[in-house]
Amino acid sequence: MMKTLFKMFLTFARIGGFTFGGGYAMLPMLQREVVEKYKWATNDELLDYYAIGQCTPGVIAVNTATFIGYKLKGIPGAIFATLGVVTPSMIIIGLIAAFISNFRDLEVVQWAFSGVRAAVVALILSAVIKIGKKSIVDIFTALIFVVVAVLSFVTDLSPVIFVVTAAVCGLIIKISKEKKAKEDEK
Amino acid sequence: MIFLELFIRFFFVGLFAIGGGLATLPFLQSMGETTGWFTASDISDMIAISESTPGPIGVNMATYVGYQVGEISGVAGGLFGGIVATLGLITPSVIVVIIVSKMLQRFKDSKYVEYAFYGLRAASIGLVASACLGVAKLAFWSSEIMTETGSVFAAVNYKSIILSAVIFLCITKFKKLHPIALILLSAVVGIALKM
Repeated sequence: MMKTLFKMFLTFARIGGFTFGGGYAMLPMLQREVVEKYKWATNDELLDYYAIGQCTPGVIAVNTATFIGYKLKGIPGAIFATLGVVTPSMIIIGLIAAFISNFRDLEVVQWAFSGVRAAVVALILSAVIKIGKKSIVDIFTALIFVVVAVLSFVTDLSPVIFVVTAAVCGLIIKISKEKKAKEDEK
Repeated sequence: MIFLELFIRFFFVGLFAIGGGLATLPFLQSMGETTGWFTASDISDMIAISESTPGPIGVNMATYVGYQVGEISGVAGGLFGGIVATLGLITPSVIVVIIVSKMLQRFKDSKYVEYAFYGLRAASIGLVASACLGVAKLAFWSSEIMTETGSVFAAVNYKSIILSAVIFLCITKFKKLHPIALILLSAVVGIALKM
C-alpha cells in the first residue's frame, strides 16, 4: 500500500513539475504515465475526469489527480496523488519568489519558454489526435468537438457551460436513437 | 493569525472557482481589494509567473500570493504561507471530487450516465483542443509586433512553428520518447536559437 502511494506521489509530482501552460497541457503527460506506463486509468476515464473536473470546483489538474488517486487507492490515494501534483509548484514558485525577483525579465528564461511553448503545442496536438480517435466516434461527437473547440477558443464562456450542454446533448442524441431503433423493430 | 486567514480565504476560492485555474482570477481580485495583500498589477505579475513556470496555474498563483503575504515573517514565513495557501485552495476540491467519485461508482452502470459521457467526452477533448489553440497563438503569433509593425509576416514566429513541427514529427516517429525529454530539448533549442 505505502509503496503504491509513494509511487503515485512521485508520478504525479513528475507530471506537475513538467506541465507548462495549465491543466489541459497535462494531458500528454497523463496519457504517457497514467494510461500507458502504469495503466492506472484508460483514455476514456481520463477524458471523463477532465470533463467532470471542469464542473467541480478547483483547479483541473488537482481534480484529475484526485480522481485517479481515489480510483486506485481510495482516500489516501486521492491525497497522495493530489499532494504530488502540487508539490513541484510549491517548491519552484517558493524558490522564485524568494530568490529571483526578476525571473520573468531574464532573457534566457524567455528563450527557454518560447521553445517549451512550441513543444507543448505539438504535445497537446498529438494527445488530442490520439484520444480524439476513440471519443469522436460519429457525426454528432465530431460536431460537439468542433463547436466546443472553436467557441471556447474565441469566447470567454466558462467551460462548465460546454460540459453541461454536451452531456445533455449526449443524452438527447442517444435516447432518440434508442427510440428510433425500437420503432424500427416494430 | 495571518496564516489561518490565508488558508480560509483560499479555501473559499477553491470552493467557488469552477472551471479551472484561471477561474480563480476574479476571486483573487476581490481578495486583493478586501485584504490589501496585493494590487491589480501584482496580480498580472503573478499570472505571468504562473504561466511561465510548470504546474497548474491556480496552484502557482496560490503559492505565489501565499509567499508574498507570509514574507512579512521572513523567507520561512513566505514558504509556509505558500504551502498554507495552496493547501487551502486544494482542500475543498479534494473533498468534492471524492464525493463525486463515490457517486460515479454507484451510477457507473447506468445507461444514462453512459449516454451523458458520450457527449461529454467529445466536449472534453474539444476543450483540450481549444487550449492547444491558445498555446499555439501565444507561441506562433506576437500581437505586440503586429501592432508595432502592422505586418502579418513579421508577427509570425517562424522558428516556433518549425520547432513545433519537428517535435510533432518526433512524437509520431519515435513513440518511446518521453514528453519530458521533448520539453527539455525544446527549452535548450529555444535558448540556443534565442527564440
